[in-house]
Amino acid sequence: MSKIFAFHGGIHPPENKKQSTRSPIRPAPVPAQLTIPIQQHIGAPAKPCVKTGDYVQKGQLIAKAQGRISVSIHASSSGTVTDISPKAVPHPSGLNAPCISIQTDGKDEWIDHQGLDDYRSVPKQTLIEYIRDHGIAGMGGAGFPTDVKLHLGDDHIVNTLIINAAECEPYITADDMLIRERAEQIVGGIEIINYLLKPTHILIGIEDNKAHAIRVLEDALRHTELNIDIIVVPTKYPSGGEKQLIRLLTGVEVPSGHIPADVGIVCQNIGTAAAINQAVNYGTPLISRIVTVTGGAVSKPQNLEVLIGTPINTLLETARINHDQLSRLVMGGPMMGYTIENDSIPIIKTSNCIIAATAEEMPPAPPAQACIRCGLCEQACPAELLPQQLYWFAKSKEFEKAKHHNLFDCIECGACSYVCPSNIPLVQYYRFAKNEIRAEEAEQRKADQARLRFEARQARLEQDKVDKETRRKERAAQAAAAQAIKKTTLETAQTNPEDQIKQLKTAAAVTRTKLKKALSALEKAKAESSDDIAQLDLQYKQAEHAAEEAQTALEAAEKGALVSAATSNAPDIKQLKTQAAVARTKLKKAQQALKMAEEKGHDGVETLRATVAELETKAANAQQAFADAEASNSSSGAASQSSAMLQEAADKALQTLQKAEAALATAIENNSPAADKMQAGVEKLKSKYTEALSALQDNAKTQQPSIQQATGQQAIERKPIDLKALKQNVSIMRTKLKKAEKLLEATDENSAEASELQQEITRLTQLHQEAKAQLDAEEAIRIKAAAAQGIDLKQLKIDAALARAAATKLQRSIKKEQESEQNNLDALQAELITAQQQADKLTHTLSQFE
Amino acid sequence: MSPILIAILVLLSLAVVFGLILGYAAVQFKVEGNPIVDQIDELLPQTQCGQCGHPGCRPYAEAIANGEAINKCPPGGQSTIDALADLLDVEAVPLDAEHGEESVKTVAYIREDECIGCTKCIQACPVDAILGAAKQMHTVIVSECTGCDLCVEPCPVDCIDMLPIETTLNNWKWTPPIPGVQLIATDSGRRLDKVLSEEETAS
Amino acid sequence: MALIRITSPHVHKPVNTAGIMRLVILATLPGLLAMTFFFGWGTLINIIWASLLAVTFEAICIKARNRPLYFYLKDYSAILTAVLIALALPPFVPWWLTAVAVFVAIVVAKQLYGGIGQNPFNPAMVAYALVLISFPLEMTRWTAPFMLQGDGWNILGFVDTLQLIFGGWSEHADAFTSATPLDVMRHRGGLTTEEAWRASDVLANVGAWHAVSAAYFMGGILLLYKKIFSWHTPAAVLISLGAMSTLFYVISPDTYADPFFHLTVGGTILGAFFIATDPVSSATSNKGKIWFGIGIGVLIFTIRTWGNYPDAVAFSILLMNLAAPFIDQYTQPRTYGHKAPNSGLKGKA
Repeated sequence: MSKIFAFHGGIHPPENKKQSTRSPIRPAPVPAQLTIPIQQHIGAPAKPCVKTGDYVQKGQLIAKAQGRISVSIHASSSGTVTDISPKAVPHPSGLNAPCISIQTDGKDEWIDHQGLDDYRSVPKQTLIEYIRDHGIAGMGGAGFPTDVKLHLGDDHIVNTLIINAAECEPYITADDMLIRERAEQIVGGIEIINYLLKPTHILIGIEDNKAHAIRVLEDALRHTELNIDIIVVPTKYPSGGEKQLIRLLTGVEVPSGHIPADVGIVCQNIGTAAAINQAVNYGTPLISRIVTVTGGAVSKPQNLEVLIGTPINTLLETARINHDQLSRLVMGGPMMGYTIENDSIPIIKTSNCIIAATAEEMPPAPPAQACIRCGLCEQACPAELLPQQLYWFAKSKEFEKAKHHNLFDCIECGACSYVCPSNIPLVQYYRFAKNEIRAEEAEQRKADQARLRFEARQARLEQDKVDKETRRKERAAQAAAAQAIKKTTLETAQTNPEDQIKQLKTAAAVTRTKLKKALSALEKAKAESSDDIAQLDLQYKQAEHAAEEAQTALEAAEKGALVSAATSNAPDIKQLKTQAAVARTKLKKAQQALKMAEEKGHDGVETLRATVAELETKAANAQQAFADAEASNSSSGAASQSSAMLQEAADKALQTLQKAEAALATAIENNSPAADKMQAGVEKLKSKYTEALSALQDNAKTQQPSIQQATGQQAIERKPIDLKALKQNVSIMRTKLKKAEKLLEATDENSAEASELQQEITRLTQLHQEAKAQLDAEEAIRIKAAAAQGIDLKQLKIDAALARAAATKLQRSIKKEQESEQNNLDALQAELITAQQQADKLTHTLSQFE
Repeated sequence: MSPILIAILVLLSLAVVFGLILGYAAVQFKVEGNPIVDQIDELLPQTQCGQCGHPGCRPYAEAIANGEAINKCPPGGQSTIDALADLLDVEAVPLDAEHGEESVKTVAYIREDECIGCTKCIQACPVDAILGAAKQMHTVIVSECTGCDLCVEPCPVDCIDMLPIETTLNNWKWTPPIPGVQLIATDSGRRLDKVLSEEETAS
Repeated sequence: MALIRITSPHVHKPVNTAGIMRLVILATLPGLLAMTFFFGWGTLINIIWASLLAVTFEAICIKARNRPLYFYLKDYSAILTAVLIALALPPFVPWWLTAVAVFVAIVVAKQLYGGIGQNPFNPAMVAYALVLISFPLEMTRWTAPFMLQGDGWNILGFVDTLQLIFGGWSEHADAFTSATPLDVMRHRGGLTTEEAWRASDVLANVGAWHAVSAAYFMGGILLLYKKIFSWHTPAAVLISLGAMSTLFYVISPDTYADPFFHLTVGGTILGAFFIATDPVSSATSNKGKIWFGIGIGVLIFTIRTWGNYPDAVAFSILLMNLAAPFIDQYTQPRTYGHKAPNSGLKGKA
């Protein structure tokens, strides 16, 4: 037998175990109603997978494990799910938590289930999943999901498996009886755990007050190949505490803040081992457990095999409760258990004992006296803390110091409270302090989070402001730039042809002069038969070349100026207009000059004619560019607007044409040789005019159908009465009307378009009014017919809510006024009455619709 | 040399020497800690509720650092005041009722069928804990809500309630044990009848 | 069915403060018997007188402080203090001196600090130190053991003793007074210890003091057995005092008294078992108790040997009471699962 190590402290409370071991484990009756909490373990609650009214069979999955640390929940008996709602659950708080209630049908019908034939042939992962799906959680007290512990072999080197059979709390004998009667299940379970964890040795820790159980266990272990040591430890509370038992059996201490697996140890409760065996070998999920029902107030203390979810009163009745004597109902042991006020609370996977105590057995604690620092608590503390120091700190809420004195190593075993001669509720203080510290930490975390969010929001708002500012600036800059570009384009449009082209012209003239000079020099040289002829010839050629180049550049510049003017967008239409006008004026002037020249029979007629032709093309070009720009502009704008523009363009073209025709006539009259050319120009202008006209007509055509379409739509939509569409129609009409009106304002009163527009506007107004009337009628019908839905209803709702809110706000302010002075009270009350009336009216109207 | 002169010289030289030592120490052992504002801000509950009269917790922290009273934070309550008193080494004073009373922690809850989607509460929330868009129903992210109730006032239809945080199994706390008969100065506020009733239970 | 909701644990060890105090008082009985046997009725009368005073003072204080009277009086702590004072005082001190001592102990040293559990110093020792300083004459008038008085066991009658204590000092009483062995040893002039032993009949009859110490020791063992206190403090006191005196005795037997003498005369045993173990004013942890005891032992020897006062137990304990909180901070036990114990108020947790 291995050596036993001692742990510090510990106490020897009266055991009171004999009472409940006299009779064998008996099954508790199936209750009429099972209440199964969906969280019976540490970790995430299981997710219910049945609904009210479902029929469930015994062992059927009713809530599925979700999250890493969680286990499934199964129906303990067959019956109907009656309810999934919060009910009182076993917890020291006495609070409610979600439970699945099952009305049992008494048949206790099992769902089909069978265990694994050979768990060794199954991958470990699957086996562990299997255990999780069968709802196995630690049955010793805390209810930690067993599968998580069985995973520990993956990332820890587990060399020792400890099976906890110490059961050190007084009164409880569930594990003791389990060993006595079902040792083979335990051994089976240990074999499975061994397969999963592969420890080098297995120890069973059991207290020496369970002689019978030790003998049975020893017998059972003869049939297994595993090398399992039973280590009998002296009876001392809390030797069954995980950390204390580890120390007792191995001499190793689990470092503070670590789990036993960190030192190569895994601890499992003996009941858990049996449950694993039942699940793996027989497919039975954890739906029942052994519960010790004992205490002075029951006349037949015993151990019962209880279905999970059985209300405690069923057990108490089975154990023959004497209600007169019952003063305290404890779930768990007397050292760490908690009282329950309601005996309909169900048994869960971790409930190992119910103590129905009499007042003599567990008298109310006498009032606490002052601490005399006797140190008995320190002698009893199994965690080697300084309980009295912790007590001072907890009491004065010096939690920092309490933490420094290792408050969180306290296992809350209650030994200190047990021994305290002054009856100070020490462990209660520690629980309180731990709670407070955890809550404070949580609050701190939340505060930090809030701070982060607040700061992020502040930063975002700041950024928004900055962004807005930059955007504003950008826009301003853009506008300025646009302005500048406009200016420059204006300049290029205006000055370039005048400046640059002038320059180029000068350059061309200079080169021409040079060319002439060179020519004259060459001729001179030729005449004088000089030697330099070759050189001069070369010079002349160069000059000629330069002149040619200058001429091309000039032409290119002129063309470029035109193109740039043509391609620049809408805002430049004006400019183009100006350009066109300029070109036309020039043309006119040239024509006049030509006429004059012809009249006078001047020499330069030819040149002038050429100039006129050139100017004609220019004017045509400008006009073309202008028209293009207009077209592109108008395509994005309203159709009517573009038609007006086209009209204008056509008119202008007509004017030009007429003038050109007149010029041509004079030229023909004068028998001018340029008449042919002019004829061609007039022809051109004519064609342009026709083009403009046709464009205008096209435009009018496209515009007309759209209006027709709109009216058509209106007509179609009239049938399926759609308020929304009607509304839209009205708004479309309104927009159109407005646009037309605007246009009218823009155009001159005297022009022909004005009257046309006026007509159009009248028509639109009519349409608009029609649409509106239609809409109104529909709405009226709606309201009259009290149709259930509608946009207006929502508005009504909002109005009602607003009115109500106004009323409550007024009420509040009245209250405030009442509290302070009587000043505005009357006025406010009057206001309130009106507000309330309004609210009532609205609510009434609303209710009519709903 | 007269004794007075000697005394003056001695004292002067001492002053110079110690001044140098102190100056050196101030440079050499400069404490590089959190500025006090950060430390104060750490202790404040960060509800950003503005009940203290400042637009958020940090401004109040700055104000405290500049000597403002530490008892103007109702959400933090007495524990915050105590912590601040501890940090600043001043006396812990009771909460200034002018700025509100310490109440149970709450979270905002929007009655969603009444919400008209005006986004006013979203703009008011200091920690961006309200989700929603114009004409869309809004909802509160409960885990992020600090319970500052700044969203209640702007709501035009009064559809926001401040609900106390429900106690569940997860946030349930043990109540502090009823202290027995106490003897130290801190229990000076206890009333006689309470003491007497304890006496009765004792006997 | 009215079920109560109480937090665990639901059972409690049948111990209470009053029980502990009663047991301690009971454990002083052997010592009291020995004192009465060797020094007459004086101590017993003083105990009764002091107890009456102590309860009265305590009651007045509790009333004045507006606390539940019965709740506090029933804890026996005042009576224990009174008993310890009476045992420490010389048997025939005048009544008013006992009254002063008890007043100081109960009112000044205990209640003014906040009552039971709050006093930083052991009340009995504060009282003893005060009267020792204030009334040196009365305090050094110890009674000679009766075996020394003329014709053998000449016990001063009960009535005579009462008269002596309450009626005032008389010439008659002088016959009964004598110095204590420690006094003799301290003020032996130029004599070596060897010579002192031979010269003084007080020292020759030191057996009476040995017997009283043995009786206290028995009481102490009883308390140890009952686990009222742990062995750490008394053992540390006795061992350190023994070691200290052995060391010096070995160096110079002529100058220093032998260890046995130090351990068995004066208030050593009473102090080590009944006063140094007072939990309220001593160190908390076992380690701390050892340091606390060592301090007391060393101080006893130091003050006895080189100081001006004949006995040093009171001063030593008071001085170490002063150091107890400090010791506590640096002798925290190593908590389960921690490599090293914490020390100080703050540190790496």
